Amino acid sequence: MATVSARLGLRDMFMDGVRPVRELLPRLYLNGQTAEIDGADLKHKELNDLVREAAFKGARKIVLRNIYGQRYIGTRLYLPTRVEIEVHSHPGNDLGAFLNGHRITVYGNAQDGVGNTMDDGEIVVHGRAGDIVAMSMRGGKIFIRDNVGYRTAIHMKEYTGKVPVLVIGGTAQDFFGEYMAGGIVILLGLGLGEHERHRAHYIGTGMHGGVIYLRGRVEPYQLGKEVGVLDLDENDWQIVRWYVDEYAAHFGTDADRILAGKFQKLLPVSRRPYGKIYAY
Amino acid sequence: MYSYLLPEFTVVRREDRCIRCRVCERQCAEGVHHWDKGLDRMFSAEEKCVGCQRCVVFCPTGALYVRPHPSEYRPNYNWTRERFQDLKRQAETGGVILTGSGNDKPFRVYWDHLVLNASQVTNPSIDPLREPMELRTFLGRKPDTLELEVEDDRVSIKSEVHPNVVIETPIAFSAMSYGAISYQAFKSLAMAAKEFGTLFNTGEGGLPRDMRAEYGPHAIVQCASGRFGVDPEYLNCAAAVEIKIGQGAKPGIGGHLPGEKVSNSIARTRMIPEGTDALSPAPQHDIYSIEDLSMLIYALKEATNYEKPVSVKIAAVHNVAAIASGIVRAGADIVAIDGLRGGTGAAPKIIRDNVGIPIELALAAVDRRLREEGIRHKCSILVAGGFRCSADVLKAIALGADAVYIGSAALVAMGCTLCQKCYTGRCAWGICTQDPYLSKRINPEIASQRLVNLLRGWSHEIKEMLGGMGINAIESVRGNRDHLRGVGLEDWELEVLGVKGAGE
Amino acid sequence: MIFQKIDSERRQPNKESQACGLFGVMNTSGERFGGEMAITAIKNMKVRGNGLGGGFAVYGLYPEYRDYYALHVMFQNRNRETKHKVDEFLNEHFRVIHDEEIPTDERVPLFSPPLCWRYFVAPRKRPEEEGVPDDEFVVARVMHINCHIEDAYVFSSGKDMGVFKGVGFPEEIAEYFMLDKLYRGYIWTVHSRFPTNTPGWWGGAHPFNILDWTVVHNGEISSYGTNKRFLEMFGYYCTLYTDTEVMAYAVDLLMRRQGLPIEVVAKIFAPPMWDLIAHMDGEERRLYTVLRMVYAPLLINGPFTVIVAHHNEMFGLTDRIRLRPITAAARGDFVFLSSEEAAIRAVSPKVDLAWTPSGGEPVVVRLHTRDHLKSLARSI
Repeated sequence: MATVSARLGLRDMFMDGVRPVRELLPRLYLNGQTAEIDGADLKHKELNDLVREAAFKGARKIVLRNIYGQRYIGTRLYLPTRVEIEVHSHPGNDLGAFLNGHRITVYGNAQDGVGNTMDDGEIVVHGRAGDIVAMSMRGGKIFIRDNVGYRTAIHMKEYTGKVPVLVIGGTAQDFFGEYMAGGIVILLGLGLGEHERHRAHYIGTGMHGGVIYLRGRVEPYQLGKEVGVLDLDENDWQIVRWYVDEYAAHFGTDADRILAGKFQKLLPVSRRPYGKIYAY
Repeated sequence: MYSYLLPEFTVVRREDRCIRCRVCERQCAEGVHHWDKGLDRMFSAEEKCVGCQRCVVFCPTGALYVRPHPSEYRPNYNWTRERFQDLKRQAETGGVILTGSGNDKPFRVYWDHLVLNASQVTNPSIDPLREPMELRTFLGRKPDTLELEVEDDRVSIKSEVHPNVVIETPIAFSAMSYGAISYQAFKSLAMAAKEFGTLFNTGEGGLPRDMRAEYGPHAIVQCASGRFGVDPEYLNCAAAVEIKIGQGAKPGIGGHLPGEKVSNSIARTRMIPEGTDALSPAPQHDIYSIEDLSMLIYALKEATNYEKPVSVKIAAVHNVAAIASGIVRAGADIVAIDGLRGGTGAAPKIIRDNVGIPIELALAAVDRRLREEGIRHKCSILVAGGFRCSADVLKAIALGADAVYIGSAALVAMGCTLCQKCYTGRCAWGICTQDPYLSKRINPEIASQRLVNLLRGWSHEIKEMLGGMGINAIESVRGNRDHLRGVGLEDWELEVLGVKGAGE
Repeated sequence: MIFQKIDSERRQPNKESQACGLFGVMNTSGERFGGEMAITAIKNMKVRGNGLGGGFAVYGLYPEYRDYYALHVMFQNRNRETKHKVDEFLNEHFRVIHDEEIPTDERVPLFSPPLCWRYFVAPRKRPEEEGVPDDEFVVARVMHINCHIEDAYVFSSGKDMGVFKGVGFPEEIAEYFMLDKLYRGYIWTVHSRFPTNTPGWWGGAHPFNILDWTVVHNGEISSYGTNKRFLEMFGYYCTLYTDTEVMAYAVDLLMRRQGLPIEVVAKIFAPPMWDLIAHMDGEERRLYTVLRMVYAPLLINGPFTVIVAHHNEMFGLTDRIRLRPITAAARGDFVFLSSEEAAIRAVSPKVDLAWTPSGGEPVVVRLHTRDHLKSLARSI
């Protein structure tokens, strides 16, 4: 029951009524290295407390059931051991935010912020995702089976060998790859009709690093000013083949059919696209 | 009569740097510098110097300093140096003191007391570098409502829409006539307006025939009291037609173009004899009251087949709000208001410095009155009068303007240093002169690039400020005074501006 | 037509800004249902609000008074004197068929609840007002009470619909007004608020209402000052100092008074960018250019998701660069709109379709149609 003091004071919607972990332990079923957690009615913190508890108790695979909108799944695991998390079925925002090398599989649609500033690990979504997927992603891999929303891969980064990868099976909405500074993004357009073009506008606006491999049609006016279109060379094909194979393995699709489609490579035209705007 | 006047400027030459190249002698339009062959020395006649800084900029060794003359009268708060000089000059000539450029007196600059908002937390800034930021502006009359026909998925417009002019940035070039400025300067304005997608104003000097085909669609042509150069082709080749009732520098009186500046080609464009003074009458003789204005507006609409918006330009005076309301009801599509600090090629100094009100207050009053009467959307408001930077422009739009006219700023971009001697026709920068030797100094290719750079730089700055406020289209900041706060203003000023004090 | 001269722009309080959660559900066959779905969904999104505001709009809840305007009035500070004034005013201008206190569960502890009363009325026009349409008449009277009678606010003024709102988490408001027990409707919209100003004021909660239009809104309207000043010219006064008000009045102006369809209104609030308009074909390009030119002061800038409802229609719309989220879903005759998909799933784990349109594309749910599917074409 909500409590109201005589003066209004602070009502903490995140922390009010959060039950301590020991009270929630009955929800956690541990069987050797596999744990199962019933998420029904659990708040964000309560669920993530249990996940962390499960990891401490030795679980290497954690299955979450009855998940409806809990956020930050996988975030509170800055631990040396790696775990695998299965989410059934509807995670909330910031799934795998700041992910530290773990693996998360979602059997349903994800929401906004998947892989937000993710450092390493893998996220696989058997469905669609929302906005800002892979925002500021710095490493690891994300595979989304269907479509994604706005500002996907915004400000994705890479540095000598640590290269994040994002593969999307469907299409995306506007500002795809905005301000990319690094990383590999592959957009497959599998749900589109034969002559249907991708619907995103301002693709790669502000891009100054990284590469986008796009399968399907786009018109030049859909691309940001900083983007150049090229054909794929042998090196590119190796990369694309590798990750498309992985995608196909996750979702049971035909890799060869995908690879037979028309691919284009989008690269930034300059490393310093805003050099001329300012008067020094 | 022997002159008692002190020189205005002093010219200091560093002999250790002067290499006697005589560039200063060639560049000066007043004949200040001359080279003495016998002594191999440069001499400067200080009393002729007007302080335009041309010789200083062009001296290859930086040997010259031109600064206000060090001779001073005894300090007197009431009798300033300027008062002394003007009075003595009048005693010598018995004439009306002329001047050029805009009001230079210490009237409060309200732009410097208004600050803009930015988004923090409660709503996001929008990134002007990567996400679209729109400055496109429509000038003209808007209907109350649109009648649409909806058939399945197709929507078409049934109502007649009044003619509007589109500009890509809310900045246009103010009226500077060919005659007041040189042909080259005039053409530079036209070229820059065309390249950037905005408009320039022909002023009352007409539009030379050779420019009509190419630059007409980017011109606002003026129909002023002198009706100089107003022929049917002039009216029909333009983007909009402006009736000039007054200008900020000299409200209540007409234009002045001294005979020295009326060359052959000016005479042809204006259709007056060469060498005569082109002094426009104070009023337009067919407009003695508001209903006459209505008559002229519709006459122009008839003459242009109702295809162009008609603008009325007035100076900002005391009851500008009521006047603007009348103008809108008379049928004008655009109201252009020129404030106290508007520039000019020639005006009586006493009028430039003492008549009119600041544009900031005028704009706030007009915008508010038109909204109160429910007719704000029946016109676009263009404001002019001393805009120096892009922040001034954005603050004006936040107060309610649709777009801003820049005059002095455009000239400064081309090289002007506001020495206020435009009326002499001896502009060393080649801008306010008809002397072919001087006006050749403006190369339209280069000068128009300077102007385009100005527009581009300001437009980008406006985009950055808009993004900071969490807005990505200029129409959302128009009249949005909630994004302004006043600093260091009195209560009544905040009331008139309709703006809160910072922190309120 | 009423007017109130705003004599000092300087003296007006600053407007609110807020972040929030939204949910709406409609049964397209008109079947009425209870509030459990709306309450469950908004509870699922509890972290989007901060407990300082919540509200519900229900359509179809007063079948026995279907033809009368149901005015919900709140009296701040339980001011009986004010109620007296309002009663007098209403009796003068309306035939009051029935009035009573809105039933509440007093056991629910909420912050300083005002006295909430409902009146079922029909206009009583003077001879000179015979020409005024009923809707205009009611709007003018509502504006009068809100502007001129202190401590009284009409927060719902449509026929066969009602708004219930206040300061508290939405599930608390639902409990207080006993929404799941007492009412059944065919459209329910609900809002959870996270305000940063005036936390204690019941009038500031969403939904906002004028006649049978309700708006729930997530986001902040950075063009509020421009929109408000334009609407003032048409007689709408923003007395509740929340940016959502301009949406409600703008919708009334454009859809009721000017008769424009939702699809066009969405394009006025959230028009496409000029560089995209340049790539459209002739007639479409002209349409969007003219719309932007004429209705520039009604461009709603800044992040927003709104769910607007009136009888027979509910629509959801996001801003032109989709700075706020929305998900639509359909299951049988039910269509859902929500800030987060998980909230819909909490209410209905299996759906036939779930989709999210682009910024500026409305999802329009209409009675007895499948119009909501039209937005699928440009959605993900």
